[in-house]
Amino acid sequence: MALRTKSHEMGMHTEQLAGRTQQRFFSPEESDNFTYADSFDVDFNKRAELDAGPLSSKEVNLKLRELLSKGYGTVVMKNPGAKHAIAVGILNRLNLHIEGSLGYFGCGLIDGPNIRIKGRVGWSCAENMMAGTVVIEKNAGSTFGAAIRGGDLVCMGDVGARMGIDMKGGTILVGGRAGAFCGFMMQRGRMVILGDAGKNLGDSMYDGTIYVGGKIDGLGVDAVPGEMTQLDIDWLNRKLKQYGLKAPKGVENMQKIVAGRQLWNYDNLEPAEKKIVL
Amino acid sequence: MCGIAGLIHRGKTGDIGTEMTAMLQSLKHRGPDSTGYALYGKPLKGNEIMIRFKVAEQDDMKKGFDIHHQVVDRREQVDKRIKELGGTILEANEATEYAFRYKVSFDGDRRKLADYMEDVEGAEILSMGHGLELVKDLGDAARVASQYKLKGFSGTHALGHTRMATESDVDIRSAHPYWAYPFADVSVVHNGQLTNYWNGRRALERRGHRFMSNCDSELIAVYLADKMQQGAELKDAMADSIEELDGVFTYLVATSDSLGMAKDTMAAKPMVLYESDKFIALASEEVAIRSVFPHEIDTFDPYEGEVRVWKSS
Repeated sequence: MALRTKSHEMGMHTEQLAGRTQQRFFSPEESDNFTYADSFDVDFNKRAELDAGPLSSKEVNLKLRELLSKGYGTVVMKNPGAKHAIAVGILNRLNLHIEGSLGYFGCGLIDGPNIRIKGRVGWSCAENMMAGTVVIEKNAGSTFGAAIRGGDLVCMGDVGARMGIDMKGGTILVGGRAGAFCGFMMQRGRMVILGDAGKNLGDSMYDGTIYVGGKIDGLGVDAVPGEMTQLDIDWLNRKLKQYGLKAPKGVENMQKIVAGRQLWNYDNLEPAEKKIVL
Repeated sequence: MCGIAGLIHRGKTGDIGTEMTAMLQSLKHRGPDSTGYALYGKPLKGNEIMIRFKVAEQDDMKKGFDIHHQVVDRREQVDKRIKELGGTILEANEATEYAFRYKVSFDGDRRKLADYMEDVEGAEILSMGHGLELVKDLGDAARVASQYKLKGFSGTHALGHTRMATESDVDIRSAHPYWAYPFADVSVVHNGQLTNYWNGRRALERRGHRFMSNCDSELIAVYLADKMQQGAELKDAMADSIEELDGVFTYLVATSDSLGMAKDTMAAKPMVLYESDKFIALASEEVAIRSVFPHEIDTFDPYEGEVRVWKSS
Protein backbone atom coordinates (compact mmCIF):
# COMPACT_ATOMS: atom_id res chain seq x y z
CA MET A 1 0.00 0.00 0.00
CA ALA A 2 2.88 2.32 0.86
CA LEU A 3 4.34 1.78 -2.58
CA ARG A 4 1.03 2.47 -4.21
CA THR A 5 0.66 5.71 -2.25
CA LYS A 6 4.14 6.72 -3.26
CA SER A 7 3.39 6.17 -6.92
CA HIS A 8 0.21 8.22 -6.59
CA GLU A 9 2.13 11.00 -4.92
CA MET A 10 4.53 10.95 -7.83
CA GLY A 11 1.59 11.59 -10.18
CA MET A 12 1.91 8.33 -12.04
CA HIS A 13 -1.77 7.41 -11.99
CA THR A 14 -3.32 10.27 -13.85
CA GLU A 15 -4.54 8.01 -16.66
CA GLN A 16 -6.13 4.61 -16.12
CA LEU A 17 -5.77 2.03 -18.85
CA ALA A 18 -9.44 1.17 -18.59
CA GLY A 19 -10.33 4.76 -19.41
CA ARG A 20 -8.69 4.54 -22.77
CA THR A 21 -11.40 2.26 -24.05
CA GLN A 22 -13.80 5.16 -23.89
CA GLN A 23 -11.47 7.51 -25.69
CA ARG A 24 -12.39 8.70 -29.17
CA PHE A 25 -9.46 8.53 -31.51
CA PHE A 26 -11.24 10.11 -34.48
CA SER A 27 -14.21 12.37 -34.67
CA PRO A 28 -17.05 10.87 -36.76
CA GLU A 29 -16.45 13.54 -39.37
CA GLU A 30 -12.78 12.79 -39.61
CA SER A 31 -13.22 9.00 -39.82
CA ASP A 32 -15.92 9.31 -42.47
CA ASN A 33 -13.63 11.28 -44.69
CA PHE A 34 -10.45 9.43 -43.94
CA THR A 35 -8.70 7.88 -46.94
CA TYR A 36 -5.17 6.72 -47.60
CA ALA A 37 -3.04 8.90 -49.80
CA ASP A 38 -2.76 6.25 -52.51
CA SER A 39 -6.32 4.91 -52.31
CA PHE A 40 -8.48 4.85 -55.42
CA ASP A 41 -11.72 6.62 -56.10
CA VAL A 42 -14.12 3.81 -56.92
CA ASP A 43 -17.72 3.57 -58.07
CA PHE A 44 -19.75 0.84 -56.33
CA ASN A 45 -21.98 0.58 -59.40
CA LYS A 46 -19.01 -0.34 -61.56
CA ARG A 47 -18.79 -4.14 -61.34
CA ALA A 48 -16.14 -6.64 -62.44
CA GLU A 49 -15.68 -10.41 -62.24
CA LEU A 50 -12.37 -11.97 -61.33
CA ASP A 51 -11.62 -15.66 -61.92
CA ALA A 52 -9.03 -16.60 -59.30
CA GLY A 53 -8.85 -20.22 -60.49
CA PRO A 54 -5.85 -19.99 -62.81
CA LEU A 55 -4.04 -17.28 -60.81
CA SER A 56 -1.59 -17.44 -57.92
CA SER A 57 -2.43 -15.59 -54.69
CA LYS A 58 -0.11 -12.74 -55.62
CA GLU A 59 -1.64 -12.44 -59.07
CA VAL A 60 -5.15 -12.35 -57.58
CA ASN A 61 -4.19 -9.53 -55.23
CA LEU A 62 -2.48 -7.57 -57.99
CA LYS A 63 -5.53 -8.04 -60.22
CA LEU A 64 -7.77 -6.71 -57.45
CA ARG A 65 -5.56 -3.66 -57.14
CA GLU A 66 -5.66 -3.15 -60.88
CA LEU A 67 -9.47 -3.25 -60.82
CA LEU A 68 -9.52 -0.70 -58.00
CA SER A 69 -7.23 1.57 -59.98
CA LYS A 70 -9.74 1.42 -62.84
CA GLY A 71 -12.53 2.55 -60.53
CA TYR A 72 -14.32 -0.78 -60.01
CA GLY A 73 -16.09 -0.60 -56.65
CA THR A 74 -17.77 -4.01 -56.80
CA VAL A 75 -15.81 -7.16 -57.59
CA VAL A 76 -17.10 -10.73 -57.71
CA MET A 77 -14.30 -13.24 -57.24
CA LYS A 78 -14.88 -16.77 -58.51
CA ASN A 79 -12.94 -19.98 -57.87
CA PRO A 80 -10.72 -18.83 -55.00
CA GLY A 81 -9.98 -22.53 -54.36
CA ALA A 82 -8.94 -22.08 -50.70
CA LYS A 83 -5.78 -20.28 -51.78
CA HIS A 84 -3.84 -18.49 -49.07
CA ALA A 85 -3.48 -14.75 -48.48
CA ILE A 86 -6.26 -13.69 -50.85
CA ALA A 87 -7.69 -10.15 -50.63
CA VAL A 88 -5.02 -8.89 -48.25
CA GLY A 89 -3.82 -5.34 -47.72
CA ILE A 90 -6.88 -3.63 -49.24
CA LEU A 91 -6.82 -0.07 -47.90
CA ASN A 92 -9.72 1.07 -50.01
CA ARG A 93 -13.46 1.09 -50.17
CA LEU A 94 -14.63 -1.94 -52.10
CA ASN A 95 -17.53 -4.38 -52.21
CA LEU A 96 -15.92 -7.76 -52.68
CA HIS A 97 -17.99 -10.92 -53.08
CA ILE A 98 -15.94 -14.09 -52.89
CA GLU A 99 -17.80 -17.08 -54.28
CA GLY A 100 -15.90 -19.87 -52.57
CA SER A 101 -13.49 -20.56 -49.73
CA LEU A 102 -10.21 -19.00 -48.69
CA GLY A 103 -7.12 -20.64 -47.21
CA TYR A 104 -4.92 -19.09 -44.55
CA PHE A 105 -4.47 -15.35 -43.90
CA GLY A 106 -7.38 -14.28 -46.11
CA CYS A 107 -8.51 -10.63 -45.88
CA GLY A 108 -5.61 -9.73 -43.58
CA LEU A 109 -4.39 -6.17 -43.04
CA ILE A 110 -7.46 -4.56 -44.58
CA ASP A 111 -8.87 -1.12 -43.88
CA GLY A 112 -12.24 -0.29 -45.35
CA PRO A 113 -13.58 -2.94 -47.74
CA ASN A 114 -16.85 -4.81 -47.30
CA ILE A 115 -16.19 -8.46 -48.05
CA ARG A 116 -18.64 -11.35 -48.16
CA ILE A 117 -17.30 -14.89 -48.47
CA LYS A 118 -19.70 -17.64 -49.52
CA GLY A 119 -17.47 -20.47 -48.31
CA ARG A 120 -15.14 -21.15 -45.42
CA VAL A 121 -11.93 -19.43 -44.34
CA GLY A 122 -8.76 -21.02 -42.97
CA TRP A 123 -6.53 -19.84 -40.14
CA SER A 124 -5.93 -16.17 -39.37
CA CYS A 125 -8.71 -14.62 -41.42
CA ALA A 126 -8.87 -10.81 -41.24
CA GLU A 127 -5.82 -10.59 -39.02
CA ASN A 128 -5.06 -6.95 -38.11
CA MET A 129 -8.23 -5.69 -39.80
CA MET A 130 -8.68 -1.95 -39.22
CA ALA A 131 -12.13 -1.18 -40.61
CA GLY A 132 -14.84 -2.48 -42.92
CA THR A 133 -16.81 -5.71 -42.73
CA VAL A 134 -15.94 -9.33 -43.47
CA VAL A 135 -18.81 -11.81 -43.45
CA ILE A 136 -18.14 -15.55 -43.81
CA GLU A 137 -21.16 -17.70 -44.60
CA LYS A 138 -19.63 -21.04 -43.49
CA ASN A 139 -16.95 -21.97 -40.91
CA ALA A 140 -13.65 -20.37 -39.98
CA GLY A 141 -10.33 -21.79 -38.79
CA SER A 142 -8.25 -20.82 -35.78
CA THR A 143 -6.88 -17.37 -34.89
CA PHE A 144 -9.89 -15.80 -36.55
CA GLY A 145 -9.65 -12.03 -36.29
CA ALA A 146 -6.38 -12.01 -34.38
CA ALA A 147 -5.34 -8.49 -33.37
CA ILE A 148 -8.16 -6.74 -35.20
CA ARG A 149 -8.51 -3.06 -34.39
CA GLY A 150 -11.84 -2.22 -35.91
CA GLY A 151 -14.69 -3.18 -38.22
CA ASP A 152 -17.11 -6.09 -38.03
CA LEU A 153 -15.89 -9.63 -38.57
CA VAL A 154 -18.73 -12.13 -38.83
CA CYS A 155 -18.70 -15.92 -39.16
CA MET A 156 -22.10 -17.53 -39.56
CA GLY A 157 -20.77 -21.01 -38.72
CA ASP A 158 -18.22 -22.42 -36.26
CA VAL A 159 -14.80 -20.99 -35.50
CA GLY A 160 -11.60 -22.73 -34.32
CA ALA A 161 -9.32 -21.91 -31.39
CA ARG A 162 -7.72 -18.60 -30.37
CA MET A 163 -10.24 -16.32 -32.03
CA GLY A 164 -9.63 -12.63 -31.38
CA ILE A 165 -6.36 -13.07 -29.56
CA ASP A 166 -4.74 -9.72 -28.89
CA MET A 167 -7.90 -8.04 -30.22
CA LYS A 168 -7.61 -4.27 -29.94
CA GLY A 169 -11.01 -3.14 -31.15
CA GLY A 170 -13.88 -3.86 -33.49
CA THR A 171 -16.47 -6.59 -33.24
CA ILE A 172 -16.32 -10.33 -33.87
CA LEU A 173 -19.61 -12.20 -34.25
CA VAL A 174 -19.84 -15.99 -34.41
CA GLY A 175 -23.07 -17.78 -35.25
CA GLY A 176 -21.90 -21.19 -33.99
CA ARG A 177 -19.37 -22.46 -31.50
CA ALA A 178 -15.79 -21.35 -30.89
CA GLY A 179 -12.69 -23.25 -29.75
CA ALA A 180 -10.31 -22.80 -26.84
CA PHE A 181 -8.35 -19.70 -25.82
CA CYS A 182 -10.62 -17.22 -27.58
CA GLY A 183 -10.02 -13.63 -26.51
CA PHE A 184 -6.57 -14.41 -25.14
CA MET A 185 -4.95 -11.10 -24.12
CA MET A 186 -7.89 -9.20 -25.57
CA GLN A 187 -7.43 -5.50 -25.09
CA ARG A 188 -10.50 -3.83 -26.48
CA GLY A 189 -13.58 -4.46 -28.63
CA ARG A 190 -16.45 -6.93 -28.42
CA MET A 191 -16.69 -10.61 -29.20
CA VAL A 192 -20.03 -12.39 -29.53
CA ILE A 193 -20.25 -16.20 -29.60
CA LEU A 194 -23.82 -17.43 -30.06
CA GLY A 195 -22.93 -21.11 -29.52
CA ASP A 196 -20.60 -22.79 -27.03
CA ALA A 197 -17.16 -21.45 -26.17
CA GLY A 198 -14.07 -23.59 -25.50
CA LYS A 199 -11.85 -23.62 -22.45
CA ASN A 200 -9.73 -20.70 -21.24
CA LEU A 201 -12.08 -18.10 -22.66
CA GLY A 202 -10.70 -14.58 -22.28
CA ASP A 203 -7.48 -15.72 -20.68
CA SER A 204 -5.40 -12.76 -19.48
CA MET A 205 -7.73 -10.26 -21.11
CA TYR A 206 -6.97 -6.63 -20.31
CA ASP A 207 -10.26 -5.17 -21.39
CA GLY A 208 -13.09 -5.60 -23.89
CA THR A 209 -16.24 -7.68 -23.59
CA ILE A 210 -17.15 -11.23 -24.57
CA TYR A 211 -20.77 -12.38 -24.88
CA VAL A 212 -21.58 -16.09 -25.05
CA GLY A 213 -24.95 -17.62 -25.92
CA GLY A 214 -24.11 -21.25 -25.14
CA LYS A 215 -22.02 -23.19 -22.65
CA ILE A 216 -18.54 -22.02 -21.64
CA ASP A 217 -16.02 -24.84 -21.14
CA GLY A 218 -13.98 -22.68 -18.80
CA LEU A 219 -12.85 -19.14 -18.21
CA GLY A 220 -9.20 -18.18 -18.49
CA VAL A 221 -7.14 -16.43 -15.85
CA ASP A 222 -8.63 -13.06 -14.88
CA ALA A 223 -11.73 -13.46 -17.05
CA VAL A 224 -14.83 -13.00 -14.91
CA PRO A 225 -18.60 -12.83 -15.44
CA GLY A 226 -19.93 -9.30 -15.89
CA GLU A 227 -23.39 -7.87 -15.39
CA MET A 228 -25.60 -7.65 -18.47
CA THR A 229 -27.00 -4.14 -18.74
CA GLN A 230 -29.71 -2.74 -20.96
CA LEU A 231 -26.97 -1.10 -23.00
CA ASP A 232 -25.45 -4.54 -23.68
CA ILE A 233 -28.84 -5.98 -24.64
CA ASP A 234 -29.67 -3.10 -26.96
CA TRP A 235 -26.27 -3.25 -28.62
CA LEU A 236 -26.48 -7.03 -29.10
CA ASN A 237 -29.98 -6.84 -30.55
CA ARG A 238 -28.91 -4.16 -32.97
CA LYS A 239 -25.70 -5.89 -34.02
CA LEU A 240 -27.19 -9.37 -34.46
CA LYS A 241 -30.09 -7.99 -36.47
CA GLN A 242 -27.65 -6.22 -38.75
CA TYR A 243 -26.21 -9.60 -39.84
CA GLY A 244 -29.35 -11.72 -39.61
CA LEU A 245 -28.16 -13.64 -36.54
CA LYS A 246 -30.17 -14.73 -33.51
CA ALA A 247 -29.15 -15.76 -30.00
CA PRO A 248 -30.58 -19.28 -29.51
CA LYS A 249 -31.84 -18.54 -25.99
CA GLY A 250 -32.38 -14.82 -26.45
CA VAL A 251 -29.94 -11.98 -25.97
CA GLU A 252 -31.10 -11.48 -22.37
CA ASN A 253 -29.83 -14.93 -21.44
CA MET A 254 -26.36 -14.52 -22.86
CA GLN A 255 -23.37 -14.50 -20.54
CA LYS A 256 -21.10 -11.49 -20.39
CA ILE A 257 -17.40 -11.93 -19.67
CA VAL A 258 -15.06 -9.08 -18.80
CA ALA A 259 -11.55 -8.63 -17.40
CA GLY A 260 -11.23 -9.04 -13.63
CA ARG A 261 -8.24 -6.70 -13.69
CA GLN A 262 -6.55 -8.51 -10.90
CA LEU A 263 -3.75 -10.10 -12.86
CA TRP A 264 -1.89 -7.09 -14.17
CA ASN A 265 -0.84 -3.74 -12.85
CA TYR A 266 -3.55 -1.50 -14.18
CA ASP A 267 -1.53 1.64 -14.37
CA ASN A 268 0.38 3.53 -17.00
CA LEU A 269 3.83 3.18 -15.57
CA GLU A 270 6.77 2.83 -17.86
CA PRO A 271 9.23 0.06 -16.95
CA ALA A 272 11.74 2.57 -15.59
CA GLU A 273 9.06 4.22 -13.47
CA LYS A 274 7.96 0.85 -12.17
CA LYS A 275 11.46 0.18 -10.93
CA ILE A 276 11.32 3.35 -8.85
CA VAL A 277 7.96 2.45 -7.34
CA LEU A 278 8.56 -1.24 -6.83
CA MET B 1 6.24 -27.07 -40.39
CA CYS B 2 5.29 -30.30 -42.25
CA GLY B 3 2.03 -31.10 -44.01
CA ILE B 4 -0.10 -34.13 -43.29
CA ALA B 5 -3.02 -35.59 -45.17
CA GLY B 6 -5.36 -38.53 -44.95
CA LEU B 7 -8.24 -39.92 -46.95
CA ILE B 8 -10.59 -42.85 -46.67
CA HIS B 9 -13.19 -44.23 -49.07
CA ARG B 10 -16.16 -45.79 -47.33
CA GLY B 11 -17.48 -48.99 -48.86
CA LYS B 12 -15.37 -48.82 -52.01
CA THR B 13 -11.87 -48.45 -53.34
CA GLY B 14 -10.34 -45.59 -55.31
CA ASP B 15 -7.10 -44.50 -56.97
CA ILE B 16 -5.57 -43.50 -53.64
CA GLY B 17 -2.11 -43.20 -55.18
CA THR B 18 -3.20 -40.39 -57.49
CA GLU B 19 -5.47 -38.76 -54.90
CA MET B 20 -2.80 -38.66 -52.21
CA THR B 21 -0.18 -37.40 -54.65
CA ALA B 22 -2.44 -34.47 -55.57
CA MET B 23 -3.02 -33.68 -51.91
CA LEU B 24 0.65 -33.86 -50.97
CA GLN B 25 1.84 -31.89 -53.97
CA SER B 26 -0.42 -29.02 -52.95
CA LEU B 27 1.16 -29.15 -49.47
CA LYS B 28 4.69 -29.06 -50.85
CA HIS B 29 5.30 -25.56 -49.50
CA ARG B 30 4.90 -26.94 -45.96
CA GLY B 31 7.93 -29.17 -46.36
CA PRO B 32 9.88 -30.07 -49.47
CA ASP B 33 12.53 -32.32 -47.86
CA SER B 34 10.80 -35.66 -48.19
CA THR B 35 7.42 -37.15 -49.00
CA GLY B 36 5.84 -40.29 -47.68
CA TYR B 37 2.76 -42.42 -48.27
CA ALA B 38 1.00 -45.10 -46.25
CA LEU B 39 -1.27 -46.77 -48.79
CA TYR B 40 -3.84 -49.40 -47.87
CA GLY B 41 -4.54 -51.66 -50.84
CA LYS B 42 -6.58 -54.80 -51.13
CA PRO B 43 -5.70 -56.89 -48.03
CA LEU B 44 -3.73 -60.06 -48.61
CA LYS B 45 -5.21 -63.27 -47.32
CA GLY B 46 -4.03 -65.92 -44.90
CA ASN B 47 -0.34 -65.97 -44.17
CA GLU B 48 0.62 -63.58 -46.97
CA ILE B 49 2.25 -60.31 -45.97
CA MET B 50 3.49 -57.31 -47.92
CA ILE B 51 6.90 -55.96 -46.91
CA ARG B 52 8.34 -52.65 -48.07
CA PHE B 53 12.00 -52.25 -47.14
CA LYS B 54 15.16 -50.47 -48.16
CA VAL B 55 18.79 -51.47 -47.93
CA ALA B 56 20.35 -48.01 -48.32
CA GLU B 57 19.53 -44.33 -48.14
CA GLN B 58 19.05 -42.38 -51.37
CA ASP B 59 22.10 -40.28 -50.50
CA ASP B 60 24.23 -43.42 -50.03
CA MET B 61 23.83 -44.19 -53.71
CA LYS B 62 25.84 -41.08 -54.60
CA LYS B 63 28.85 -42.20 -52.57
CA GLY B 64 31.20 -44.17 -54.80
CA PHE B 65 30.84 -47.29 -56.95
CA ASP B 66 30.87 -49.97 -54.25
CA ILE B 67 27.42 -49.08 -52.92
CA HIS B 68 25.82 -50.42 -56.10
CA HIS B 69 27.32 -53.84 -55.40
CA GLN B 70 26.59 -53.54 -51.69
CA VAL B 71 22.84 -53.01 -52.18
CA VAL B 72 22.75 -56.16 -54.32
CA ASP B 73 24.59 -58.12 -51.60
CA ARG B 74 22.33 -56.72 -48.88
CA ARG B 75 19.22 -57.67 -50.79
CA GLU B 76 20.53 -61.21 -51.26
CA GLN B 77 21.17 -61.44 -47.52
CA VAL B 78 17.61 -60.29 -46.80
CA ASP B 79 16.24 -62.90 -49.22
CA LYS B 80 18.34 -65.57 -47.54
CA ARG B 81 17.12 -64.59 -44.08
CA ILE B 82 13.45 -64.63 -45.10
CA LYS B 83 13.93 -68.16 -46.40
CA GLU B 84 15.92 -69.20 -43.30
CA LEU B 85 12.95 -68.31 -41.11
CA GLY B 86 10.57 -70.31 -43.28
CA GLY B 87 9.22 -67.55 -45.51
CA THR B 88 8.53 -67.85 -49.21
CA ILE B 89 8.99 -64.84 -51.45
CA LEU B 90 5.95 -64.83 -53.77
CA GLU B 91 6.65 -61.54 -55.52
CA ALA B 92 9.73 -59.30 -55.51
CA ASN B 93 9.58 -55.84 -57.05
CA GLU B 94 12.40 -53.36 -57.27
CA ALA B 95 10.81 -49.99 -56.55
CA THR B 96 14.21 -48.30 -56.77
CA GLU B 97 17.76 -49.60 -56.75
CA TYR B 98 17.69 -49.51 -52.93
CA ALA B 99 13.98 -49.97 -52.03
CA PHE B 100 11.90 -53.10 -52.55
CA ARG B 101 8.37 -54.46 -52.35
CA TYR B 102 8.03 -58.12 -51.40
CA LYS B 103 4.97 -60.28 -51.11
CA VAL B 104 5.88 -63.06 -48.72
CA SER B 105 4.15 -66.14 -47.42
CA PHE B 106 5.13 -66.42 -43.74
CA ASP B 107 3.70 -68.27 -40.77
CA GLY B 108 6.29 -67.45 -38.09
CA ASP B 109 6.92 -64.62 -35.65
CA ARG B 110 6.79 -61.36 -37.62
CA ARG B 111 8.81 -59.43 -35.05
CA LYS B 112 11.58 -62.00 -35.32
CA LEU B 113 11.47 -61.75 -39.10
CA ALA B 114 11.64 -57.95 -38.92
CA ASP B 115 14.54 -57.97 -36.49
CA TYR B 116 16.46 -60.55 -38.55
CA MET B 117 15.96 -58.62 -41.77
CA GLU B 118 16.98 -55.33 -40.18
CA ASP B 119 20.14 -56.95 -38.84
CA VAL B 120 21.46 -56.74 -42.41
CA GLU B 121 23.56 -53.60 -42.79
CA GLY B 122 21.51 -50.71 -44.17
CA ALA B 123 18.26 -52.68 -44.12
CA GLU B 124 15.14 -51.03 -42.71
CA ILE B 125 11.60 -52.33 -42.95
CA LEU B 126 9.33 -49.47 -43.89
CA SER B 127 6.16 -51.48 -43.47
CA MET B 128 4.91 -54.98 -42.97
CA GLY B 129 1.28 -55.99 -43.12
CA HIS B 130 -1.63 -57.42 -45.05
CA GLY B 131 -2.79 -54.17 -46.66
CA LEU B 132 -0.30 -51.44 -45.77
CA GLU B 133 2.41 -50.36 -48.18
CA LEU B 134 4.63 -47.58 -46.92
CA VAL B 135 6.60 -45.57 -49.44
CA LYS B 136 8.85 -42.65 -48.55
CA ASP B 137 11.77 -40.94 -50.15
CA LEU B 138 13.44 -37.57 -50.62
CA GLY B 139 11.80 -34.91 -52.78
CA ASP B 140 8.25 -33.77 -53.42
CA ALA B 141 5.17 -35.90 -54.04
CA ALA B 142 5.38 -35.74 -57.82
CA ARG B 143 8.92 -37.07 -57.73
CA VAL B 144 8.26 -39.85 -55.20
CA ALA B 145 5.02 -40.90 -56.92
CA SER B 146 6.78 -41.12 -60.24
CA GLN B 147 9.80 -42.93 -58.79
CA TYR B 148 7.63 -45.55 -57.05
CA LYS B 149 4.89 -45.68 -59.73
CA LEU B 150 2.05 -44.82 -57.36
CA LYS B 151 -0.38 -43.56 -60.00
CA GLY B 152 -3.26 -46.01 -60.20
CA PHE B 153 -2.60 -47.56 -56.77
CA SER B 154 -6.03 -48.85 -55.81
CA GLY B 155 -7.08 -48.95 -52.16
CA THR B 156 -9.45 -47.82 -49.46
CA HIS B 157 -7.44 -45.33 -47.44
CA ALA B 158 -4.11 -43.56 -47.20
CA LEU B 159 -1.95 -41.23 -45.15
CA GLY B 160 0.61 -38.81 -46.52
CA HIS B 161 3.29 -36.45 -45.28
CA THR B 162 5.45 -33.68 -46.67
CA ARG B 163 8.35 -33.04 -44.36
CA MET B 164 10.32 -30.00 -43.34
CA ALA B 165 13.17 -31.48 -41.36
CA THR B 166 13.66 -29.71 -38.05
CA GLU B 167 14.95 -32.15 -35.46
CA SER B 168 16.45 -35.00 -37.44
CA ASP B 169 18.20 -35.66 -40.72
CA VAL B 170 16.92 -35.37 -44.25
CA ASP B 171 16.86 -39.06 -45.10
CA ILE B 172 14.37 -41.86 -45.68
CA ARG B 173 14.77 -43.12 -42.13
CA SER B 174 13.54 -39.78 -40.73
CA ALA B 175 10.81 -39.34 -43.32
CA HIS B 176 7.19 -40.00 -42.42
CA PRO B 177 4.89 -41.95 -42.23
CA TYR B 178 6.05 -44.36 -39.56
CA TRP B 179 5.05 -47.95 -39.39
CA ALA B 180 4.20 -48.98 -35.83
CA TYR B 181 6.67 -51.85 -35.48
CA PRO B 182 5.89 -54.68 -34.91
CA PHE B 183 2.19 -54.23 -35.60
CA ALA B 184 0.96 -55.09 -39.04
CA ASP B 185 -0.82 -52.31 -40.91
CA VAL B 186 -0.49 -49.48 -38.35
CA SER B 187 1.01 -46.20 -39.58
CA VAL B 188 1.19 -42.61 -38.37
CA VAL B 189 1.84 -39.12 -39.76
CA HIS B 190 2.31 -36.18 -37.43
CA ASN B 191 2.65 -32.42 -37.50
CA GLY B 192 4.01 -30.86 -34.34
CA GLN B 193 6.53 -31.45 -31.60
CA LEU B 194 6.46 -33.79 -28.64
CA THR B 195 8.22 -32.40 -25.59
CA ASN B 196 8.29 -35.63 -23.57
CA TYR B 197 9.80 -37.65 -26.42
CA TRP B 198 12.81 -39.06 -24.58
CA ASN B 199 10.83 -40.02 -21.47
CA GLY B 200 8.23 -41.74 -23.63
CA ARG B 201 10.83 -43.45 -25.77
CA ARG B 202 12.77 -44.81 -22.79
CA ALA B 203 9.56 -46.18 -21.27
CA LEU B 204 8.63 -47.93 -24.50
CA GLU B 205 12.14 -49.26 -25.08
CA ARG B 206 11.98 -50.85 -21.63
CA ARG B 207 8.86 -52.61 -22.83
CA GLY B 208 10.79 -54.13 -25.74
CA HIS B 209 9.96 -51.74 -28.58
CA ARG B 210 12.62 -50.53 -30.97
CA PHE B 211 13.03 -47.11 -32.57
CA MET B 212 14.62 -46.68 -35.96
CA SER B 213 14.92 -42.89 -35.89
CA ASN B 214 15.26 -39.99 -33.48
CA CYS B 215 12.07 -38.45 -34.79
CA ASP B 216 9.36 -37.70 -32.22
CA SER B 217 6.66 -38.81 -34.67
CA GLU B 218 7.85 -42.40 -34.42
CA LEU B 219 7.00 -42.29 -30.72
CA ILE B 220 3.31 -41.84 -31.54
CA ALA B 221 3.30 -44.90 -33.79
CA VAL B 222 5.04 -47.09 -31.23
CA TYR B 223 2.95 -45.65 -28.38
CA LEU B 224 -0.31 -46.54 -30.15
CA ALA B 225 1.03 -49.98 -31.13
CA ASP B 226 1.95 -50.63 -27.50
CA LYS B 227 -1.50 -49.60 -26.28
CA MET B 228 -3.20 -51.82 -28.85
CA GLN B 229 -0.87 -54.67 -27.95
CA GLN B 230 -2.28 -54.37 -24.44
CA GLY B 231 -5.80 -54.70 -25.83
CA ALA B 232 -6.91 -51.10 -26.23
CA GLU B 233 -9.12 -50.11 -29.16
CA LEU B 234 -7.61 -47.60 -31.57
CA LYS B 235 -9.87 -44.75 -30.45
CA ASP B 236 -9.15 -45.40 -26.76
CA ALA B 237 -5.42 -45.53 -27.41
CA MET B 238 -5.67 -42.21 -29.23
CA ALA B 239 -7.69 -40.66 -26.40
CA ASP B 240 -4.98 -41.73 -23.96
CA SER B 241 -2.35 -40.13 -26.19
CA ILE B 242 -4.01 -36.74 -25.80
CA GLU B 243 -3.39 -36.97 -22.06
CA GLU B 244 -0.01 -38.68 -22.06
CA LEU B 245 1.85 -37.15 -24.99
CA ASP B 246 3.07 -33.67 -24.19
CA GLY B 247 3.56 -30.88 -26.70
CA VAL B 248 1.70 -29.50 -29.66
CA PHE B 249 0.58 -32.01 -32.23
CA THR B 250 -1.98 -33.10 -34.73
CA TYR B 251 -1.59 -36.63 -36.00
CA LEU B 252 -3.31 -39.12 -38.28
CA VAL B 253 -3.19 -42.86 -37.77
CA ALA B 254 -4.33 -45.68 -40.01
CA THR B 255 -4.93 -49.38 -39.43
CA SER B 256 -6.05 -52.07 -41.85
CA ASP B 257 -9.63 -50.75 -41.91
CA SER B 258 -9.61 -47.41 -40.09
CA LEU B 259 -8.38 -43.84 -40.27
CA GLY B 260 -8.11 -41.70 -37.14
CA MET B 261 -7.17 -38.16 -36.22
CA ALA B 262 -6.16 -36.58 -32.92
CA LYS B 263 -5.46 -33.01 -31.97
CA ASP B 264 -3.71 -31.83 -28.80
CA THR B 265 -5.47 -29.79 -26.13
CA MET B 266 -3.94 -26.52 -27.36
CA ALA B 267 -5.16 -27.00 -30.95
CA ALA B 268 -1.91 -25.43 -32.02
CA LYS B 269 -1.45 -27.40 -35.22
CA PRO B 270 -3.86 -27.13 -38.12
CA MET B 271 -6.21 -29.73 -39.55
CA VAL B 272 -9.08 -29.26 -41.95
CA LEU B 273 -11.71 -31.96 -42.32
CA TYR B 274 -14.13 -32.80 -45.09
CA GLU B 275 -16.63 -35.54 -44.35
CA SER B 276 -19.29 -37.09 -46.56
CA ASP B 277 -21.08 -40.43 -46.60
CA LYS B 278 -18.61 -41.92 -49.05
CA PHE B 279 -15.35 -40.08 -48.53
CA ILE B 280 -13.39 -38.39 -45.76
CA ALA B 281 -10.38 -36.20 -46.37
CA LEU B 282 -8.16 -34.42 -43.86
CA ALA B 283 -5.20 -32.16 -44.41
CA SER B 284 -3.11 -29.44 -42.84
CA GLU B 285 -4.59 -27.03 -45.36
CA GLU B 286 -7.87 -26.97 -47.25
CA VAL B 287 -6.02 -26.42 -50.50
CA ALA B 288 -4.98 -30.11 -50.33
CA ILE B 289 -8.60 -31.25 -50.08
CA ARG B 290 -9.45 -28.94 -52.97
CA SER B 291 -6.95 -30.78 -55.12
CA VAL B 292 -9.30 -33.79 -54.89
CA PHE B 293 -12.56 -31.81 -54.76
CA PRO B 294 -12.25 -28.67 -56.88
CA HIS B 295 -15.93 -27.78 -56.37
CA GLU B 296 -17.32 -26.07 -53.27
CA ILE B 297 -17.51 -28.32 -50.22
CA ASP B 298 -18.18 -27.82 -46.51
CA THR B 299 -15.09 -28.19 -44.37
CA PHE B 300 -14.26 -27.41 -40.76
CA ASP B 301 -11.47 -27.54 -38.19
CA PRO B 302 -11.67 -30.31 -35.59
CA TYR B 303 -11.42 -28.86 -32.09
CA GLU B 304 -8.79 -29.10 -29.35
CA GLY B 305 -8.44 -32.52 -27.74
CA GLU B 306 -10.64 -34.10 -30.40
CA VAL B 307 -10.24 -37.72 -31.48
CA ARG B 308 -12.12 -39.17 -34.47
CA VAL B 309 -11.99 -42.55 -36.16
CA TRP B 310 -13.59 -43.61 -39.46
CA LYS B 311 -13.94 -47.12 -40.87
CA SER B 312 -13.50 -48.01 -44.53
CA SER B 313 -16.47 -50.37 -44.54
